[in-house]
Amino acid sequence: MAEIRSTREQLENGEITLPEVADHYLTRIREEDSTVNAFVSVDEEEVLDTAARIQKKIDEGRAGTLAGSVIGIKDLICEKGKITSCASAILKNFESIYDATVIERLRKEDALLIGRLNMDEFAMGSSTENTIYGPTRNPLDTERVSGGSSGGSAAAVAADFCNAALGSDTGGSIRQPASYCGVVGLKPTYGRVSRHGLVAYASSFDGIGPMTSNVRDAAKILKVIAGYDSRDNTTARVKVPDYESYLEQSGKLKVGVPSEYFGEGLNEEVRRNVEELLEKLERRGDIERVPVEMPHMEYSIATYYVLATAEASSNLARYDGVRYGHRAQIEEVHREIDREKKEIEEQIRQADGEEKTKLSETLAGLNSPLIRLYKKSRTEGFGREVKRRILLGTYVLSAGYYDAYYAKAQKVRRLIREDFDRAFSDVDLIVSPTAPTTAFHLGENQDDPVRMYLNDIYTAPANLAGICAISLPAGAEENGLPTGIQFMADRFREDLLFRAGRKVEQLLS
Amino acid sequence: MSTIQHDKFEAVIGLEVHAQLLTQSKAFAPVSTEFGGAPNTQVTPLCLGHPGTLPVLNENLVRYTVRMGLATGCKIAEKSIFARKNYFYPDLPKGYQISQYETPICYDGEIEIELDNGRKRIGITRIHMEEDAGKSIHDRDPVNTLVDLNRAGVPLIEIVSEPDLRTPGEAYAYLKKIRQIVQYLEICDGNMEEGSLRCDANVSVRPRGESAFGTRTELKNMNSFRNVERAIQFEIDRQIELIESGGEVVQETLLWDPDKLQTRQMRSKEEAHDYRYFPEPDIPPVVLEEDFVDEVRQNLPEMPESRRERFEKQLGLNSDDARTLTENRYLADYYEEILEYLDNPKAAANLVMTEVLRVLNEQSIDIQDFPVRPKPLADLIRLKQDEKINSSAMQKIFNRMLEQEEEPEKLAGEMNLLQISEEGFVEPIIREVLDAHPDEVMRYREGKKQLIGFFIGQVMQKSKGQANPKQVRELLTKKLDQIEKS
Repeated sequence: MAEIRSTREQLENGEITLPEVADHYLTRIREEDSTVNAFVSVDEEEVLDTAARIQKKIDEGRAGTLAGSVIGIKDLICEKGKITSCASAILKNFESIYDATVIERLRKEDALLIGRLNMDEFAMGSSTENTIYGPTRNPLDTERVSGGSSGGSAAAVAADFCNAALGSDTGGSIRQPASYCGVVGLKPTYGRVSRHGLVAYASSFDGIGPMTSNVRDAAKILKVIAGYDSRDNTTARVKVPDYESYLEQSGKLKVGVPSEYFGEGLNEEVRRNVEELLEKLERRGDIERVPVEMPHMEYSIATYYVLATAEASSNLARYDGVRYGHRAQIEEVHREIDREKKEIEEQIRQADGEEKTKLSETLAGLNSPLIRLYKKSRTEGFGREVKRRILLGTYVLSAGYYDAYYAKAQKVRRLIREDFDRAFSDVDLIVSPTAPTTAFHLGENQDDPVRMYLNDIYTAPANLAGICAISLPAGAEENGLPTGIQFMADRFREDLLFRAGRKVEQLLS
Repeated sequence: MSTIQHDKFEAVIGLEVHAQLLTQSKAFAPVSTEFGGAPNTQVTPLCLGHPGTLPVLNENLVRYTVRMGLATGCKIAEKSIFARKNYFYPDLPKGYQISQYETPICYDGEIEIELDNGRKRIGITRIHMEEDAGKSIHDRDPVNTLVDLNRAGVPLIEIVSEPDLRTPGEAYAYLKKIRQIVQYLEICDGNMEEGSLRCDANVSVRPRGESAFGTRTELKNMNSFRNVERAIQFEIDRQIELIESGGEVVQETLLWDPDKLQTRQMRSKEEAHDYRYFPEPDIPPVVLEEDFVDEVRQNLPEMPESRRERFEKQLGLNSDDARTLTENRYLADYYEEILEYLDNPKAAANLVMTEVLRVLNEQSIDIQDFPVRPKPLADLIRLKQDEKINSSAMQKIFNRMLEQEEEPEKLAGEMNLLQISEEGFVEPIIREVLDAHPDEVMRYREGKKQLIGFFIGQVMQKSKGQANPKQVRELLTKKLDQIEKS
């Protein structure tokens, strides 16, 4: 698929117009997306209007650097006046009242935003099956999942419904679906891209990143969305380089290969593809491989699921039906309470002695309508996986368990970070497969959450350490499903990821 | 109030004081904190708890808190961390309050309180930063509770004392001292009735001589200084009575009912919330550079103790006057402003402490709302100093100035209170008085010199108070001596 810059060239030459480009994608969505189900909403009229407006700027020679890009947005990045549902019943009709910083920045550079993309509810999942809109299917094999949680974003790019998408990555949610759908997915350094307007799942892990068909486009989009934002205290005041200028930079990259990432549970074909690719790169003189040790990697999934769910349990507390979002019927709440009261009162009449006292206590202890309303709204509004993680997170923060879980996980997180610091004092990059397998069948892991969680085994460490990482297509399995390779680099060294990515791309083209 | 004299017991009291800070904007959102706006007009998407919003730390919240920390001798943490306190309530839009938990910004300080029997040091355990919740309004709508989120996110500091207080009186003095400090620092207006200063108390009792603490209860909803004192006394009495009658104090949270003058249970220990505190991931740790702390230190205003000392040494006031004048920062400011126009500290102190304070008490107003500005007051004192008016005239003019904004000299003229010091005015009166009282003149001449007072009184009366008593005395003495010699 074409790079954005070649579309831009055609636009400037007058070979095509942006409304034509938009129409091409809108047509493809109309024809193909009923099967894939990548988009949750597309406002065709608005897209065409905006396309015409940007076209005018192109004609007048004053268009921004992203004129020619057509970008889909994961449904948890706020766009003013648009439903931002996070694929959840609790926000099904919630309209955001402001633009996320990344949206402002994309618009300022004349990106054309084409629609809202499907995902796992509140970014919790690895298959885009936990969604009120139905699963997003893998365009390369529609019996299989697109990965998750940014499955809609990966599928939309793979299916050529747009030339790029924004996803979010908390434990691998950009890279794993990118790997499953055969596209490029970048998780930037924590603090590189503003989270203002990104609906929070786990605040100390979450990050927005581009998903594209090629490395150059990822570099181009990152340049626009990255940088300090006064509305996000966790963004860094680190200069944003012109990432595209690093793409063709020569010089051998020193790549650390951690044996821990090539161990048990890794699909043989995935392993072979990664290893063959690395061998070829080394033979061409692009890289030099050295072994590195990541002794705490084996704890990363446990650590991630303790800390991320803890933060999630707090971040999702605001969905209580009081100010916006789904609210249960208060009449029903009152009816339920009355019914229960009557039942208990009836039992009290028949009971005596100790049991009577006990029942009276139960009656007195019945939740107030307010508490009931909270419970009912949230019970109705959240899906199973979200509930599971809220419960898990609440548990690990509870008095008496905090030290054993949350505090300990924080310590392990530091150790994992130190593993990376040590490694990056010697190597430019660390390499691994992106995910242990290729895309699995729909429904395959639905009843086994732990197996589902293991999808994040190679990706979660980068989120724990706050470093940047990229997933690139690394060939295919015999059945044609794409496999992925992941490069990780130290904080704010996205330039190294793009350089390595470019080399892989050249090798495979 | 029943006071139980149980010499066997002593109370142990610790206070948690919340002070609403006077920053222009909220703790984590760029929107006004001003009190009294129409409901839900001073809000951003963050204040409404909207998805995707992030808190952005207001630097002045840190600055004001460090100011308080330095003024109370606290250590200032190089690195402190915000934490989330999680609980559900309709006026808490995010489902958590941003506060500080394990690592407060200030810790280990102390303040000195003054008691009838001397001074006492009270330890400050910690001072931390947090945000206020919104307001639930239960009495405006027959069915629903209404929520106003203007207050949601207004910055607060919580000042936690050591359990060093032993009596309700000490608690009262401590709270007054805290208010004095925040007012001096200009970080909080200190108004308890409006809720910008709030106080919770932890109270326990133990046999005198015992070093272990008894079981404590927490008292809430004491919204005036008087109520703090009353509620603590009530709770001490209740606990002692309970123990004396063989019962046991249980750990619980109690609400003070200011109408019934008693406490009632708010929640038991079992019902205590598990707030699931954890570090706030959206705000990086607050790392304070030495320069920042130094800058705050250098800009600290003069605190009450040193001001009082200066008033004594530099202005020559006695220590009681100096204390009264410095008790309230704004009164001290007012007093010092008078001295910008008048070089007579004692006369100014007298007027402020007698007349000004009297009016403030009578009208229950703050010095900030006192109608007469310092300059005209200085002018008034100068009239007296220059002997243009006498003391009783000064008081009359002062009272007029409360109602009429006019130069005191002009008022004195209008009220015919200016003293007339020309000899031509007073001489005929003196002659008249002496002529009218030949017997007294005779007795004076025979040596009864104290009769001079009688003559002065007569002259002053005849002059309708406008004569200058000093001049009258001089002239009278001269006249009587002349008569003597003749």
